[in-house]
Amino acid sequence: MQQAKPKPGILDKRAEIIAGLQAILPERAVIGDNISLKPYETDGLSAYKQMPLAVVLPETEAHVVAIMKFCNLHGVRVIPRGAGTSLSGGALPMADAVVIGMMRMNKILDINYADRYAVVQPGVTNIAITQAVQDEQFFYAPDPSSQLACMIGGNVSMNSGGAHCLKYGVTANNLLGLRIVTIEGEILEIGGKQMDAAGYDWLGLITGSEGQLGILTEVTVRILRSPEGARAMLAGFASNEVAGQCVDAIISSGIIPVALEFMDKPAIHACEDFAHAGYPLDAEALLIIEVEGSETEQSEMLARIRDICAAYHPVSMRVSQTAEESAAIWKGRKGAFGAVGRISPDYLCMDGTIPTSELPNVLKRIQAMSDEYGLKVANIFHAGDGNLHPLIMFDANDAESFHKAEAFGADILKLCVEVGGCLTGEHGVGIEKRDLMSVQFTPSELDQQRRIKSAFDPAWLLNPSKVFPLSGLAAAE
Amino acid sequence: MMSPDTEDALAEIIRTASGPLLVQGNGTKAGMLRPVQASATISTANVAGITLYAPNELVMSAKSGTRLVEIEAALAKAGQQMICEPPHIHGENQTIGGIVGSNLSGPRRVTGGAMRDHVLGVRAVNGNGEILKFGGRVLKNVTGLDVGKLLTGSFGTLAVMTEITFKVLPVSEATGTVVLSGLDAVRGVAALSAGLGSPFSVSGAAYLPHEKKVFLRIEDFASSVKYRTEKLASQLAEFGAAAILDTDASKIFWRDVRDCKFLDDAPAMWRLSVVPSAGPAILAALAPLGVTGFLDWGGGLVNLSGPANEATHQAVCDAARAVGGMWWLMRAPDPLRTAVDVVPPEPPALAAIRARVQASFDPRGILNPGRLRAA
Ligand SMILES: Cc1cc2nc3c(=O)[nH]c(=O)nc-3n(C[C@H](O)[C@H](O)[C@H](O)COP(=O)(O)OP(=O)(O)OC[C@H]3O[C@@H](n4cnc5c(N)ncnc54)[C@H](O)[C@@H]3O)c2cc1C
Repeated sequence: MQQAKPKPGILDKRAEIIAGLQAILPERAVIGDNISLKPYETDGLSAYKQMPLAVVLPETEAHVVAIMKFCNLHGVRVIPRGAGTSLSGGALPMADAVVIGMMRMNKILDINYADRYAVVQPGVTNIAITQAVQDEQFFYAPDPSSQLACMIGGNVSMNSGGAHCLKYGVTANNLLGLRIVTIEGEILEIGGKQMDAAGYDWLGLITGSEGQLGILTEVTVRILRSPEGARAMLAGFASNEVAGQCVDAIISSGIIPVALEFMDKPAIHACEDFAHAGYPLDAEALLIIEVEGSETEQSEMLARIRDICAAYHPVSMRVSQTAEESAAIWKGRKGAFGAVGRISPDYLCMDGTIPTSELPNVLKRIQAMSDEYGLKVANIFHAGDGNLHPLIMFDANDAESFHKAEAFGADILKLCVEVGGCLTGEHGVGIEKRDLMSVQFTPSELDQQRRIKSAFDPAWLLNPSKVFPLSGLAAAE
Repeated sequence: MMSPDTEDALAEIIRTASGPLLVQGNGTKAGMLRPVQASATISTANVAGITLYAPNELVMSAKSGTRLVEIEAALAKAGQQMICEPPHIHGENQTIGGIVGSNLSGPRRVTGGAMRDHVLGVRAVNGNGEILKFGGRVLKNVTGLDVGKLLTGSFGTLAVMTEITFKVLPVSEATGTVVLSGLDAVRGVAALSAGLGSPFSVSGAAYLPHEKKVFLRIEDFASSVKYRTEKLASQLAEFGAAAILDTDASKIFWRDVRDCKFLDDAPAMWRLSVVPSAGPAILAALAPLGVTGFLDWGGGLVNLSGPANEATHQAVCDAARAVGGMWWLMRAPDPLRTAVDVVPPEPPALAAIRARVQASFDPRGILNPGRLRAA
């Protein structure tokens, strides 16, 4: 994937730029030597690598303001970074860019149970929010599988989802307010602690904007009271089609489970080897279904779901009986990417969304492509909302295998758009899907989005090379 | 008034417009926020009709001029509903474009999300007359900037929406409401907070000061509603004995909350969004000025009505501002709406960005100029 050309003159001024940053920040906040820069050369999409010009690690919002003013004045590009778990290369550096790593801004500033919000800095990890409130039986709902590592600033920037967003929504639905520093070094307060904001929905626009509009320095999230309990069940089916029909039947019945996850056979095997969750190895497709409530409510709801599943002749059905069993079921699902990593050293994780009625058709066509490209694929996805995660396995030591995997992935995403879906449901466009944007958007639709970016970042210094085809950057410059 | 039948015709009108346009659906919200000075009016009323409804995928698409009542009827037939319960405070003629353009949500917003949370995709015509589509019909989509959210609540000042796709949900089998009596506003909101902080999935939380009563709604399968209302009532025992409304009584009550039936028809009406625990102090501060109202969203939505004059409006704004909250002037005579800040003013840095964003959609400034803020 091509990066934009370095801006003229910037690489030559590297020493000066680093010295300039050192002058405005504490010594520990600036990294300029190549050995210390190495960990920043890639993110969760490790097939792409690029050393940055420098890394800065601000500790306060005032540091962020100073960095932005400096970079704006000197025309230096800026790449925001949280934990670097982006699967679309959202935090991939550029040779002439300063990476601004937010991990040292990791304080929880305020928790209010009566008004049900928490104010946190962007470097707080997703799980740390829930951990901070769980003694009061509260939680922060969006739960990406990467939640042990990924940070709330990254979650907001990617509008991340998780296994439980069928009921609780994605990041955008669980935010109240933000503070953001613009490239000009202005602090904007967006939203607040109340539910609705007047004027344009800046909160909605900035969420999922992938570091294109400014640097987040504070996030106010909604926290929710935990349910009385939750229980998962497994239902294995003889084919992907039948499992897909069963998903349809559950939703059509008026039941919205908290989670409704799907795995195909290769994924079942990989995850079972890893988690020993008792997944049925003879099934072609597996549904993980979770419900919440009191013991009695769980049993009633699961009985209804079992009745629905029974009509699709499951090859196995098992309701978890203990908390440990439920935990093992989720360990398998949440560890799915790692599990696939154990059978294939390298894989690309795709992230298209499709209308759920297209599931059987799309899975069939993905299988056909897999045969055609000669690359194995494991399918894991959020079935309730049609968000697919085909994992394409390849060998990074073989350049041809990697190019094939990229082409296979692009074909899958084009298929998603063709059947009425989209390129990305939760991982973001990043650099990975940038050149596919024109499959989903017309030139005027892309131009409208570029003009919005320009309104925030006139010189396109913020995370360029991402989201928009490179022609946008060229035009802005 | 121009009421084109198609998106193409609508785009052509905007492309060739020579001056400002008043943009509306059926005009039911014309009395809200600021009046628009425009020589011509363009209405989406005839760009109407439901274009897609897939109950099994929880999605519906409708052209923007489709009346909300028509949408609600089609959903009800399949046992589904709009998640955010849009208020019918502007009568039965309002269009889906109007509801989305103003991002108006009802009681379920407190835990179910606002209109903006359920918009999945929009088609719209910007001020250059370009037809643009953002988002789509799938429930999860982070492809590109979320322009759909930006247009939601923009009151027709960025683009004219022609079609909207939104998420819907099943109507629950039963509804129950826990009612607590004899509580002042502070205790009332404490009870609402306790209810919303309970594990029972409360989906409505209102306080009526004139009745000194708290209402907490639960929607679920019948057996769950029975269990949850009883558990909730016992958990809230410190706030007094509870009465429980059944499904029919609950539906009538929450419809009245949704439609602000508890406000008198004083000439001015406001809607304030504040941190929930601030609701009672706002009611108390404004009562001496003849401004009365009630609380929804656990205390976080303050619906008010009262005298229409600048001093009263200023007091309402000050009360909201004091707690970092927002306000919307929902109804007032034109001169007052023209003279005051109908929504909170923006700080300069944000105002500059807003102006650039607005120009990026509508460089000639012809779409609903002055609707939100004086130019
Ligand atoms: C094993 C694994 C499982 C995953 N599972 C899921 C999942 O279930 N659901 C899901 O949605 N995603 C998932 N992801 C993807 C990834 O974890 C999310 O996108 C996450 O939100 C990224 O957070 P981060 O802190 O790592 O951000 P980074 O990767 O560091 O950055 C992500 C983007 O946000 C920008 N950014 C970061 N911080 C800021 C800031 N403070 N201000 C402005 N911009 C900023 C960056 O420039 C970049 O564009 C998974 C990733 C992995 C590796």
